[in-house]
Amino acid sequence: MTEATVNAVNVPSLEVSGLAFAYPDGHQALFGVDLAVARGERVALLGPNGAGKTTLVLHLNGILEGGAGSVRVAGLPVAKENLAEIRRRVGIVFQDPDDQLFMPTVREDVAFGPAASGVRGAELEERVLAALAQVGMAEYADRPPHHLSFGQRRRVAVATVLAMSPEILVLDEPSSNLDPASRRELADILRGLDVTVLMVTHDLPYALELCGRSVILSEGVIAADGPTAEVLSDAALMRAHRLELPFGFDPSSPVALR
Amino acid sequence: MGAGHSHRLYRHGHSPVHDLPPHCKLAAVFLFVVVVVSTPREAMWPFALYAVLLAGVAGAARIPAGYLLKRLLIEIPFVAFALLMPFVVPGEQVHVLGLSLSENGLWGAWNVLAKGTLGVAASVILASTTELRALLLGLQRLRLPSILVQIASFMIRYGDVITDEMRRMSIARRSRGFEARGVRSWGVLAKSAGALFIRSYERGERVHLAMVSRGYAGAMPVIDEVTATRAQWTRAVSLPAAALAVCVLGWTL
Ligand SMILES: Nc1ncnc2c1ncn2[C@@H]1O[C@H](COP(=O)(O)OP(=O)(O)OP(=O)(O)O)[C@@H](O)[C@H]1O
Ligand SMILES: [Mg+2]
Repeated sequence: MTEATVNAVNVPSLEVSGLAFAYPDGHQALFGVDLAVARGERVALLGPNGAGKTTLVLHLNGILEGGAGSVRVAGLPVAKENLAEIRRRVGIVFQDPDDQLFMPTVREDVAFGPAASGVRGAELEERVLAALAQVGMAEYADRPPHHLSFGQRRRVAVATVLAMSPEILVLDEPSSNLDPASRRELADILRGLDVTVLMVTHDLPYALELCGRSVILSEGVIAADGPTAEVLSDAALMRAHRLELPFGFDPSSPVALR
Repeated sequence: MGAGHSHRLYRHGHSPVHDLPPHCKLAAVFLFVVVVVSTPREAMWPFALYAVLLAGVAGAARIPAGYLLKRLLIEIPFVAFALLMPFVVPGEQVHVLGLSLSENGLWGAWNVLAKGTLGVAASVILASTTELRALLLGLQRLRLPSILVQIASFMIRYGDVITDEMRRMSIARRSRGFEARGVRSWGVLAKSAGALFIRSYERGERVHLAMVSRGYAGAMPVIDEVTATRAQWTRAVSLPAAALAVCVLGWTL
């Protein structure tokens, strides 16, 4: 972790500067977003519905583009000529695992990304098994994804992205629809990984538990950026951006910080 | 393969036929059907020999005769069609049991029945010994246009998801007191079908996003390379080769 922090001073995993974007129908979703995430850091991206979080995420691997500003992943600008490399470096886990898992078996699904980037044979097999082992799903390799429980599918979705050894892991609402046990298991998996993580979430205790730093995106701009406990404790800031803590949850209490 | 995708025709097991690579089996069945179809219909005995050949393959695959015969019921619609032919095809008439039948029609019916049955039987044996997933890999290996293979794979993967969505919509309808009864409910059902289409379409868009995010650029990467040894090819091709010999005899004798 210390090594990663030293490294991070040189090249941040993610560098977004002045990013603005309007959808083709004219609706502007981002108004100049600046965000840097150091290597090895875990950052929570918070914000109300419609704030532009998903829009921002889709810019990170060049699915959306054409607005103003720039995005760099480990120094490499997100641009047409780099897209293949960018998509290898940025692993996005979408909200609905049924969208993410499109192959007939778990194994083939996890293999899809590395295979698309040219990995074959024994190395491919090895990568797939390693990624599945990381999320504790190795024994499900030959099952079809739709026969798994929701939490298992979410884990496999994480594995599909890990198999590409990404520079940065981006998760869009990873804890949604998970039962408390699966939610905790996923947290354990994420905490055990040695990658940069950007996590979009409405689950504020989850953000506090996993991410040292939080960023609030509101109406297309970064409205706050700081240590998660401080951001969540600032009642005025939270109210201004429609963020609410669950009943009885106190972010400053050491219990919440585990 | 252990892909966990068994379909209703598949019969799990291990046999020399199960173990052949899927593309060899596909090629063999295709060639066999071509040979059968190009056999002259007036020669009756080659068809009997073809049936014996297939019975041999089924035996090697350890498929019980009853199982195979039951699956052959798929062709009943063709049988009905074949039975009509002697009555409707114009041409010289022959009299059988007081019925006036067209000779041409009788040959036509025999032609459809014999060739159809053999073709269906060969396909049933293929399907009983090859998992769906393996069939797709075989098709991909045989250079079937990749887009067709992709569509078929997505049908397998999302068939259940969409049926599930359909079931959820039906539950939602019934929870609000709707029972599909008669013509008057068709409007509601049509709207549900429309909603299902939109949902599936939107899912398609999201899936495409996810694929692009993982480096998809139009072609499915090769994940499982299916390969066949010369010996496997020889074994697979022995069926159409034997059939070809019979066919040539049928033409010459
Ligand atoms: N395809 C689209 N075309 C036009 N406008 C869109 C499109 N997708 C999103 N928007 C708009 O852009 C804004 C930002 O949407 P976005 O999906 O990024 O929000 P979000 O922060 O992810 O919200 P949520 O928390 O609900 O997921 C919203 O006002 C939304 O209506
Ligand atoms: Mg969103």
